[in-house]
Amino acid sequence: MRYMLLIYKDEKMWDEMTVEEKGAIYQEAVEYSEARRPSGFYQGGEPLQDTNTATTVRMKNGKEVITDGPFAETKEQLGGYTIVEAKDLDEVLAFAARHPLVRAGLSIEVRPIRVGPPR
Amino acid sequence: MGIEEIFRAEHGRILATLIRLLGDIDVAEEGLQEAFATALEQWPVAGTPANPVAWLVSTARHKAIDRLRRQVRLAQKQEEIARHLELSAMEDDAPMPEDRLRLIFTCCHPALATEGQVALTLRTLGGLTTEEIAHAFLVPAPTMAQRLVRAKAKIRDARIPYQVPLDDALTERLEAVMVVVYLVFNEGYAASFGARLVRHELCEQAIRLGRMLVELLPPHAEPKGLLALMLLHDSRRETRLDGAGDIVLLEDQDRTRWDRLQIDEGAALVEAALLAGGQPPGQYALQAAIAAVHAQAPTAAATDWRQIAALYGMLARVHPTPVIELNRAVAVAMSGGIERGLALVDALDHRGELAEYHLLPAARAELLRRLGRHAEAAESYRRALVLVSNEAERRHLGKRLREVVS
Repeated sequence: MRYMLLIYKDEKMWDEMTVEEKGAIYQEAVEYSEARRPSGFYQGGEPLQDTNTATTVRMKNGKEVITDGPFAETKEQLGGYTIVEAKDLDEVLAFAARHPLVRAGLSIEVRPIRVGPPR
Repeated sequence: MGIEEIFRAEHGRILATLIRLLGDIDVAEEGLQEAFATALEQWPVAGTPANPVAWLVSTARHKAIDRLRRQVRLAQKQEEIARHLELSAMEDDAPMPEDRLRLIFTCCHPALATEGQVALTLRTLGGLTTEEIAHAFLVPAPTMAQRLVRAKAKIRDARIPYQVPLDDALTERLEAVMVVVYLVFNEGYAASFGARLVRHELCEQAIRLGRMLVELLPPHAEPKGLLALMLLHDSRRETRLDGAGDIVLLEDQDRTRWDRLQIDEGAALVEAALLAGGQPPGQYALQAAIAAVHAQAPTAAATDWRQIAALYGMLARVHPTPVIELNRAVAVAMSGGIERGLALVDALDHRGELAEYHLLPAARAELLRRLGRHAEAAESYRRALVLVSNEAERRHLGKRLREVVS
């Protein structure tokens, strides 16, 4: 079964770190994930640019409305995602708990990926 | 044993095995319902089978498989379950002790909301109906049904596994299981007069689950501590409230009516938990040790408060919470240093962490009363009365307040 890991971070806290610090954490996270690619567990993932680059599109009274910023203002912001293929939730939770980004203070929301139309 | 009694007593064992075989709680529950209905028809005529549990498991399994085969033809989404069934056809349908252990770890999985964990544990392993659980937790039945549906859906959709966690995760996850069991116990234990009979069922359920953990995880000390703690508290159930439903304090309880068998069993478990090889005693073992000191004192005056204060000191190191510090302060006061205990209570009070907890001003009031400082005691009783929610406790505090003002 496939799961998506939504990685949340406090952008303000993240901004206070130096490029070197951020780079080291990033590198560790890449290595941690890539080490699990050959087994088929890690299926890919990408970081996102900050929410100040976000644009939201919705419809209001039959008209499209485009606004600056993320869909919802939250304390922590979506900062990237990872897709894994696992036999069950525990396998994903174990991976997430030891993830370098979690160790660095970020949060990971684990969501099973639905196959096909809504049930 | 009648059919209903067998069903009740063996529900957890049978359902846990069916869940292993069928891979889905709903499918297993429906199969068991059908098997039970069949038993009600057949057993009175043909006689109770030699092994009723085996009969129920295999009948329920066949009913479930028949039903799924019919559904598979209708809907493609059942494909996965069908595949699981092919695999499970080879599995042994004799109940294994491991089945119930797997199931309790699933029900108490930290990915489920706590209220869902509690409901699911009582439903599957305890065999309580949704209405019974709702009644015991004083919530409407549809609310409880919703909790169960949500928990079962998450197990299925997020694929929470049926397995005992591996060694390195086991200790942590066992902790979560014990939290649920103790929560069930306390929910039953704290019941006020009106709801007492119904809710004592919760205490019995929690003790049964505690026994199961002790039996199935013999090398672990903490389940022994937890079971001991529940047995020791429960041994006093007959004496905690008087005829009018008012609280009787530990020191005023009729000790001849405490359940001696349960106390002996609890005390033996405490010893086993404390002496467990190499591990420092855990929080349940220490709390149980404290309960054992109380239970074994022939009179309230003979209570070894010095030992209790020392045990609370150890407990505060393992599990530092303000409530435990409050208890330690009271134990210190009772072991002869009322003033010293009061100073500890006041220090805790100033930290403000227990600002919403009625037992802090209640304890403070009690110590002041013993020191003869009645005006200050009255003020603390009034503070406690503002915070208390349990009816029996409210009446007790009100009575004490009237005593100190008169």
